[in-house]
Amino acid sequence: MTKEYKTITEIAGPLIFLEKTEPVGYGELVHINLPDGTTKRGQVLDTSADVVAVQVFEGTGGLNEESGVVFSGETIKLPVSKDMLGRILSGAGEPLDGGPRIVPEDRIDVNGASMNPYSRMPPEDFIQTGISTIDGTNTLVRGQKLPIFSGSGLPHNEIALQIARQAKVPGSTEDFAVVFAAMGITNEEAQYFMEDFEKTGALERAVVFLNLADDPAVERIITPRMALTAAEYLAYEHDMHVLVILTDITNYCEALRQMGAAREEVPGRRGYPGYMYTDLASLYERAGVIKGRKGSVTQFSILTMPGDDITHPIPDLSGYITEGQIVVSRELHMKGIYPPINVLPSLSRLMNSGIGEGKTRDDHKAVSDQMYAGYAEGRDLRGLVAIVGKEALSERDQRILEFADLFEDRFVRQGRDEDRSIEDTLQVGWDILSELPEALLTRIDNKYIEKYHPAHKSN
Amino acid sequence: MKGEVYRVAGPVVTIMGIKPKMYDVVHVGHEGLMGEVIRIEGDKATVQVYEDTSGIKPGEPVVNTGMSLSVELGPGLLESIYDGIQRPLKVLQEKMGDFISRGVTANGLDRERVWEFKATVSSGDSVKGGQTIGVVQETENVEHKIMVPPTVSGTVEEIKSGKFKVDETICVLTDGTEISMMQKWPVRMPRPVDKKFIPKRPLITGQRILDGLFPVAKGGTAAIPGPFGSGKTVTQQQLAKWSDTDIVVYIGCGERGNEMADVLNEFPELQDPKTGRPLMERTVLIANTSNMPVAAREASVYTGITIAEYYRDMGYDVSLMADSSSRWAEAMREISSRLEEMPGEEGYPAYLSARLSEFYERAGAVKSLAAEEGSITVIGAVSPPGGDFSEPVTQNTLRIVKVFWALDAKLAQRRHFPSIDWLTSYSLYTQGLSDWFAENVAPDWVPLRDNAMDLLQQESELQEIVQLVGSDALPEDQQLILEICRMLREYFLQQNAFHPVDTYCPFDKQYKLLKAISKYSDMAQASLEAGIPMKDILSVESKDDLAKVKFEENFDDALNVVMEKMDKEFAALGGN
Repeated sequence: MTKEYKTITEIAGPLIFLEKTEPVGYGELVHINLPDGTTKRGQVLDTSADVVAVQVFEGTGGLNEESGVVFSGETIKLPVSKDMLGRILSGAGEPLDGGPRIVPEDRIDVNGASMNPYSRMPPEDFIQTGISTIDGTNTLVRGQKLPIFSGSGLPHNEIALQIARQAKVPGSTEDFAVVFAAMGITNEEAQYFMEDFEKTGALERAVVFLNLADDPAVERIITPRMALTAAEYLAYEHDMHVLVILTDITNYCEALRQMGAAREEVPGRRGYPGYMYTDLASLYERAGVIKGRKGSVTQFSILTMPGDDITHPIPDLSGYITEGQIVVSRELHMKGIYPPINVLPSLSRLMNSGIGEGKTRDDHKAVSDQMYAGYAEGRDLRGLVAIVGKEALSERDQRILEFADLFEDRFVRQGRDEDRSIEDTLQVGWDILSELPEALLTRIDNKYIEKYHPAHKSN
Repeated sequence: MKGEVYRVAGPVVTIMGIKPKMYDVVHVGHEGLMGEVIRIEGDKATVQVYEDTSGIKPGEPVVNTGMSLSVELGPGLLESIYDGIQRPLKVLQEKMGDFISRGVTANGLDRERVWEFKATVSSGDSVKGGQTIGVVQETENVEHKIMVPPTVSGTVEEIKSGKFKVDETICVLTDGTEISMMQKWPVRMPRPVDKKFIPKRPLITGQRILDGLFPVAKGGTAAIPGPFGSGKTVTQQQLAKWSDTDIVVYIGCGERGNEMADVLNEFPELQDPKTGRPLMERTVLIANTSNMPVAAREASVYTGITIAEYYRDMGYDVSLMADSSSRWAEAMREISSRLEEMPGEEGYPAYLSARLSEFYERAGAVKSLAAEEGSITVIGAVSPPGGDFSEPVTQNTLRIVKVFWALDAKLAQRRHFPSIDWLTSYSLYTQGLSDWFAENVAPDWVPLRDNAMDLLQQESELQEIVQLVGSDALPEDQQLILEICRMLREYFLQQNAFHPVDTYCPFDKQYKLLKAISKYSDMAQASLEAGIPMKDILSVESKDDLAKVKFEENFDDALNVVMEKMDKEFAALGGN
């Protein structure tokens, strides 16, 4: 089986083309032996009786027609083991931390298989992140995929780290782990993450895959698949609750576009391949909970929106697949508010199944809806004030305008290490809502007003 | 005939050595992956494969079944959950575990299950295509009619009532044709009907903005386009839950796995408001999530509509929800690009418009071959990139469908749900259904509704002025219009899909609610004319009480209390 072919006829960008091979399987892993003795790896993209196309992960630099190509006869697999916890691996799954190779308990195809929708459990376990704008108004649940839509220069990394540090299911002591996959981020950013992991001791519970900005772009295409394979293994074979952080999806999509161009494919919107939705789905959909198994995979990806444009194909296609999004706002960041999460375009689709009596608190949804409505109206009024001045507003409108400021200042703003429990979050919510006249609280049932409104509670 | 694989590139496989017909189903490779012939060139043919093709090598065998992609139709469709090519997900789970691997075939209908068949014709009767020859009680409330396949006719030689499996012969014709309870039909071919009607009855959905302002007829077509997060899926699910049709076919086409899990979990527990039975008993679910093979996603829409047509032929009203047709169009685009076809707009194939119209044309109110009256209402969600309605899928869909429910991200951000924009949405059935509404809801329903629409239109114009000068600068009668419109929006249009009472609003309640708002409007106007200060009219307490009556379990009583209070309050103001 280890037949070596020296029949490369064409090298173009990250692709090589070979002729006169034995039948080669689609998607097979390929080893390429360069004349200088080094080895590269690749994957079969197109196979026919006449010609085989291979994409080379480490780039085609140094390759020539003398290079030998060996087909492994199998698709790309990741050796997995529980000992992966605490390890730092390259984007292609090789150890980077100087430690020994992983002794595999199993070897798993990195492409995974799609979960049968019939086997899925609808996610409903509330995860407390300690951040009010997430817990209170865009609640995360176990098995959800909720990305952060951010922009360059915004503190998305800090938010992601704060979540990784603080995330817990209140009252639960089950095993958890973090799988962190860096795709094309700078060395500096990677260091920042690693330092924080080490400082807080999170590294012991983490598996880290690093594909940095100067690593080959093609490798980026398999990095998240490696990470998700590791996560699924820990979740479904070792009953752990795994939080997967993928950063940055934008770099991944750029690599996808680069590959598409190299293959001379017909481009879709803005030059991204037409199959980008399906491709992203094959990553994002690998989150969930399976009936009858204890573990879960929750995804928290980071995505920087080019030009802060939420309609750009990357955030747009992501938003159609993920169960909501947390939007980081430049405007709030400029005002000096941390975490600068704008709740209005943010959304958690699974929020309703994770909150309420027995999960968080009975008044949760009503409080959240009321704050949303008030804040949305208040922001509209700000636009109006800019034109007609504050005095032209009615008494009611002025109160709502003030509410919007309070919301940003007290509900949104919190410390970088401030870990608010859900009770704290809802309390802050009631505190600021009580500044509004009660007649304006139309979205809250009277029974909750009587139970939780500070004016009634004391009686 | 046997052939072999020549080339593999993702879901597209080129084969040689056999001479298939277009759209023949072939089995590819040692594992026998299912695929469909989509192009023939000389001795080679191109196949789109419904399963993952990793590891398939040139030279592996290919077998042609000689049949085009078909679904199995018969008792047992209801309550089933299928993937895009009618494999029951439950059977796949039993055979493959929690993750979908490949090369597993599964029958659409359970061959072991026994059904009680009651013949309704006897030997000597002459029967023709589409005619009912017997019935099976498929679920508590659905009587499944066993029909002669559309292409068969003749005289009954023998027919038996009793317990049968779906593939056993129940009837023999004099020419020797054997008929079983199951028939197969190629999905890409519409089932024949005698004729189509103009739809005259509304589909009642229990959603105020839909029934009230933009109704769709039974047999009509509607599109729900909207950016992500605007509530497409919730609206589709609400329609699947509460539409007053006999049968619901729900296609989750390229959407989220967790969402499908939620549907699968919830439907068996929800009750049909009409019959009190679990909703699942009238539902067929097709779930091809975004990470399942793209070719099967392309097929899923056809699988769904063929099943819908089959129940329509029995004389049932069927509604079909496709969530989302954009994913279907994208699947076409993906396959087209693998075939290296010349792209049309935004990379979509040039035949996108033709495929969409062929699909929506399969909706309609019809007289079946056996003179039964049935209908299929098709409601397609559209997911335009960036919420931009000028993109090809939305535009091509709008050229075909008669109802347009435009979802708006701004409304959704404000938590105004359902976030259907009342200014841009439309229904071309409003006129045609007026008679029905006048007769079945109330004679004054149509003017009441038109008046509400008119006010909302005025509001948007007034809002532009308010943006410039503030609301206090408006004359009092216009301020009143703004207030009435706020009530219309918050009390009538907003509906909470997650509230046990508000999730479904019967027509009678819709009427009374609108009537109540209209009554306040009339009294307020009269008071204003009588010179009563605006401030007093606005501070009528019963007006605010009206906000919450829609959530009351005992709606009629609650409304009466509020309305009596309103009468008293206005009387106290004087003027009325």
